[in-house]
Amino acid sequence: MEIVSNQQKQKMHPHKFTLWVAIGSLIMMFAGLTSAFIVKSNQVNWKPVSLPVIFWVSTGVILLSSLTIQMALRSFKDREMNKYRMLIGMTVLLGAGFIFCQWMGFRELWAQQITFKGSGAGQFLYVIFGLHALHVAGGLIALAVMFINGFFGNRKNYSSVPVEVAATYWHFVDALWLYLLVFFLLIGRS
Amino acid sequence: MSETSTIHTGAVHAVHHGDHGHGHHEQSFISKYIFSMDHKTIGKQFLITGIVWAIVGGLFSVLFRLQLGFPDQTFPILETFFGHWAKGGQIQPEFYYGLVTIHGTVLVFFVLTAGLSGTFANLLIPLQIGARDMASPFMNMLSYWFFFLASVVMMSSIFVHTGPASGGWTMYPPLSALRQAGDGQKIGTDLWLIAMALFIVSSLLGGLNYISTILNMRTKGMSMTRLPLPIWAMFFTAVLGVLSFPVLLSGAILLIFDRNLGTSFYLSDIVINGEILPNEGGSAILYQHLFWFLGHPEVYIILLPAMGMVSEILSVNARKPIFGYMAMLGSMFAIAILAFLVWAHHMFVTGLNPFLGSVFVLLTLLIAVPSAIKVFNWLTTLWRGNIRFTPAALFAIGFVSLFISGGLTGIFLGNSTIDIHLHDTMFVVAHFHIVMGVASFFGMFAGVYHWFPKMFGRYMNNTLGYIHFWVTMAGAYLIFWPMHYQGLAGMPRRYLDKRGWVSFNQFTDLDKMITVVSIIVFAVQLMFVFNFFYSIYKGRRVMTQNPWGANSLEWTTPINPGHGNWEGEIPEVHRWPYDYGKDGREFIPQTEPVGANESKH
Repeated sequence: MEIVSNQQKQKMHPHKFTLWVAIGSLIMMFAGLTSAFIVKSNQVNWKPVSLPVIFWVSTGVILLSSLTIQMALRSFKDREMNKYRMLIGMTVLLGAGFIFCQWMGFRELWAQQITFKGSGAGQFLYVIFGLHALHVAGGLIALAVMFINGFFGNRKNYSSVPVEVAATYWHFVDALWLYLLVFFLLIGRS
Repeated sequence: MSETSTIHTGAVHAVHHGDHGHGHHEQSFISKYIFSMDHKTIGKQFLITGIVWAIVGGLFSVLFRLQLGFPDQTFPILETFFGHWAKGGQIQPEFYYGLVTIHGTVLVFFVLTAGLSGTFANLLIPLQIGARDMASPFMNMLSYWFFFLASVVMMSSIFVHTGPASGGWTMYPPLSALRQAGDGQKIGTDLWLIAMALFIVSSLLGGLNYISTILNMRTKGMSMTRLPLPIWAMFFTAVLGVLSFPVLLSGAILLIFDRNLGTSFYLSDIVINGEILPNEGGSAILYQHLFWFLGHPEVYIILLPAMGMVSEILSVNARKPIFGYMAMLGSMFAIAILAFLVWAHHMFVTGLNPFLGSVFVLLTLLIAVPSAIKVFNWLTTLWRGNIRFTPAALFAIGFVSLFISGGLTGIFLGNSTIDIHLHDTMFVVAHFHIVMGVASFFGMFAGVYHWFPKMFGRYMNNTLGYIHFWVTMAGAYLIFWPMHYQGLAGMPRRYLDKRGWVSFNQFTDLDKMITVVSIIVFAVQLMFVFNFFYSIYKGRRVMTQNPWGANSLEWTTPINPGHGNWEGEIPEVHRWPYDYGKDGREFIPQTEPVGANESKH
């Protein structure tokens, strides 16, 4: 891998670039799902859904986690490893908290008799929010690995690329959540 | 460069190899051949897996052609092999639909997507842009192993008791969403969906890597407009894949929910076997939109790599620069854009708004413009060229022929009014098999014959190559040309048995002929496979670095390049890759600086 990355000067590290293309790909997947939602919402027998309050809590949690991971990246670049470890740990906790809040939100909806039966906004909500939570969980695993590595790292070079990649991905799932929330508030209710 | 000096440098490389491997220690068998991160090995893995799948998919087509050509005949040997699926030596309806479904899925995705662009993007991108490997060799390795897992799951679905998925390769609901609908809709469809999800992950991992490698890892002097055309083609292919496969995944996820969790995204008002289903409010058309938003770009995901490789091979073997390099780029770009804007032409007869239909007709017919530009450029590249008819060159020329004849029938089908008559007939089968199936296969064969020396350090047998070409070329037209007539006469596709229609009795002998030819063509493909594997071990050795006298960078590597591709520095690039027959010289490699008195191209 070293031979690959060091062989020439380049504006952007290939791994970061790859992440941006991957983000484009993820956007297409959620665009596919939300446009299916719009098509379906114009048909007869459409059942709207109103979001439980807990989704506002999860919004706050994931916004806060975006802040902590940005601070973690800053402290990594400043070589303040103790601060970095603490902030990454906080991000992991907040991410887990986000998924927990989503789960509680699903349970609340389920209790309101919005189950998998049917094809209204509620069913789309399970699919779309569920898929988003899966992507948060994937990021969470990567962050947990980075957190553990932070303790056992006998690192030779302080390349910030992995941390930057993780931070960009994390901001992306955050922004994606905001989009989905606004989408369900505007179109899911009607 | 003289013969002796070339051999000499080759020998020096061989001596130094191993202790000179750019920080690469000696690799064990497993890390070298199985879990390899070397793009060349991964390309070969994709190719060989693709060959296995092509044999399976081709064999399946022979089996269902037997039924279509000889519906009265019994073949007891089929019962020996397939048991209750071929009771009394005749293919049973459920089995027939399973064969058709797996034939389509396997050839479209596993052979012509993974086997074609997986092989050649991996092999050619680093070699032709001057990089030591992909941007992320690890992701590249994952890409192959996800494909392998997908293959294992898909292969296992053929062996389950209720048979493989049989809802057609498009997997339209409600048929595919209801287990009660038939044996093939049971576990076979579950396995199909799992295999496709794994396949999508594989092709996304691959595509991300191809894009960032092409944009970030080019050697010094290799500007975008000095890239060989296969690389541009792989680039557009990867962009199409990365943007359209996730949408297929969305559609598949909703289908999985409908099948397993009781949602009704695609289901509404269904009575099946006298049972009234509770599902309400779903829309089966929604699936078609999501499917064809991938499905149409998929056609170009299959075709563009073949186009790129054919451009390169034609130019090398005509000993002439490619005609209209920038026009080639522009037309590939136009095709890539239009690929996203025409999906509804697969849905003209689903009750689509006729006004919307006419927009899609216009956009569909627009594709004829870049396609015609490409055909014109290939023909003018050949025009008055000093053509060397190697097997690779013949397959490339055959590609152009098939692309023309298959493309013209696309203009018929792209018209929503004519489509009312032609949709779901054998005409459609003939059209897409020629333009997408056989044409892409020809591009793939051309690539295999042309780059075999780079892959294995040996040549394939030429005589077998010529037999392979001529039989396949004649066979392709003999099989698919008559299907146009059947389709114009209204003969439906997908039907197991057409004996009930008096009007189709006139085609009985034609169907027999098609079946016999397809058996012969299949046998000749097996001969190609024999040639391929025999030549890996026993083929004539390559003695020069640049056996075809080509300009691009892959021929500046050692005959058997190690991981890292170049010994020492990566060469610098000074010109485009198509300086053939210039200033009285036969070819000028990309690594040669532009001379003071050189004419402009």
